[in-house]
Amino acid sequence: MPYHTEEETLALEERARELRIDSLAMIHARQAGHPGGSLSVAEVMAALFFSKMRLDPKRPDWTERDRFILSKGHASAILYAALARRGFFPRKDLEQWGELPCHLQGHPDRLKTPGVDMNSGILGHGVAIGAGLATVARMNGLSYRVYVVLGDGECQAGVIWEGAMAASKFRLANLTAILDYNDVQLDGPVHEIMPLAPLVDKWRAFNWAVLEINGHDVRQVLEALDAVEEIHDRPSVIVAHTTKGKGVSYMENDCHWHGVPPNDEQWAQALAELKETRR
Amino acid sequence: MTDIAMREGYGRALEEYGEINPDVVVLDADTSSSTLSSFFARRYPERFFNIGIMEPCMVDFAVGLALGGKIPFANAFAALLSLRAMEQIRTCVCYARTNVKLVAGYSGVSDYKDGPTHHSIVDIAAMRSLPELTVIVPADAVEAAKWVPIIAEYDGPVYLRLSRAATIPVHDNAVEVEIGKGLTLREGTDLTIVATGSMVGRSMLAADELAEAGVDARVLEIHTIKPIDAELIQQAAEETGALVTAEEHSVVGGLGGAIAEVLCSAHPTILERVGIADAFTRTAPDPDSLMDACGLAVTDIVEAVRRALARK
Repeated sequence: MPYHTEEETLALEERARELRIDSLAMIHARQAGHPGGSLSVAEVMAALFFSKMRLDPKRPDWTERDRFILSKGHASAILYAALARRGFFPRKDLEQWGELPCHLQGHPDRLKTPGVDMNSGILGHGVAIGAGLATVARMNGLSYRVYVVLGDGECQAGVIWEGAMAASKFRLANLTAILDYNDVQLDGPVHEIMPLAPLVDKWRAFNWAVLEINGHDVRQVLEALDAVEEIHDRPSVIVAHTTKGKGVSYMENDCHWHGVPPNDEQWAQALAELKETRR
Repeated sequence: MTDIAMREGYGRALEEYGEINPDVVVLDADTSSSTLSSFFARRYPERFFNIGIMEPCMVDFAVGLALGGKIPFANAFAALLSLRAMEQIRTCVCYARTNVKLVAGYSGVSDYKDGPTHHSIVDIAAMRSLPELTVIVPADAVEAAKWVPIIAEYDGPVYLRLSRAATIPVHDNAVEVEIGKGLTLREGTDLTIVATGSMVGRSMLAADELAEAGVDARVLEIHTIKPIDAELIQQAAEETGALVTAEEHSVVGGLGGAIAEVLCSAHPTILERVGIADAFTRTAPDPDSLMDACGLAVTDIVEAVRRALARK
């Protein structure tokens, strides 16, 4: 497995911080979007888009590229921020998010936005679609991997487990799900709304390889993404323990901030806090 | 003309076409020995995926295969495919415009012995309301086979609605079909019967009966419910002045609804609809007696024609 230098992890932490600021700026400007679940997945997105995934922004349809499905499509803000900073489209497009002529839809749309591999927004589709895509890689002898970012709330949806069964039946070792386990959904804590525990045991029982990490520790994210490549007989899920609203004190662990944009004053405070976290 | 079951015509054609087009992959939801996707499965096991009793997952899995460049044919019973996987079809097939071919077997009341749970009498209404989806209903086994290469080579989502049983044969092997182009099966000037699926054969019988009584009925087959051949329908309305629709589907929102939509803007015309009343069906010992019991008998078409003519 590759060794990740401190220089690399520090750079990715900085990327994660930028992605948080971009996402929240977009949500504030538009007065719509989902802040909590964008902030919780920032390190995962930074590690995938700025280190792990094989991508070419000049060729969004490149056959050999790794595929990415944001199954928790509500966190579109951070996906758009990552794609823009990665060079798939100009960053100024982010300011137009949600405007009628703009390609950036409320939730990701593969036909409109370069770099988006699949539409999402209705929860639960990522695992089964990812399994189909991973199957093609094997049939065609291609080496791409399929990464699916899941929310925890969407693991309440039956089709997630249907997809989990199918992926393990076909032993899709090139499929990796990263589960943003922040334990907060729209109406409240996941463990109160509809408990998922024991979540790790559930995935194991479906014959997936499971890794458990702190999803805000970039090194752990990178090492988990490396480690799953050594698993050759089954799909893998990285259960990333995270904090909803991470980095903005008043948003952390508060379900109110699942889908509510900050007002001007709140945005100013959030920006100050996110700037302070710079090392 | 043959009287083999529609599912067999389809299953054989899919197996045959699999040889020509290596990009075709086939999925089923534990019904392959019923839908007869099993013929393909036996011949190309590495291109066949049995997903088990999880139609939503099957459709999403097919979406993934399509994103990777394959041409997936996803097979299941129509009632489950169209309703249980409706959201997958709407969001991941139609909205994302993935190249998935949804093949709905056992449609209408053709699964007569299992009863209303397995009858699919609202799927045309549901499917034709979805943007981007092409909806095709063949009349017999020969036609079902004809559609396989056509929909495979068409780039976009398709819903192909098949019967379990043998329908009254309508076409010989020379028939040529094209997406969105209706067929004039019988010329006539007094009135037009517009039929789809299993009701095409019955409509031809009704036209024969009407001819004996001196009524000259035109018969159109509308196999493509969406996009519908509005031009052919408008022409029939202008030339014959009255229409009767016939379908093995609810009278709510199916072919009759589609034709009514065309007529009300293009050429308001007398219209009678033959279909299943807005009520659940029942179990029966054979498909023909069930269709008759559901208001789909040849005499039901004849009576609808007489009602329409009386209104002229």
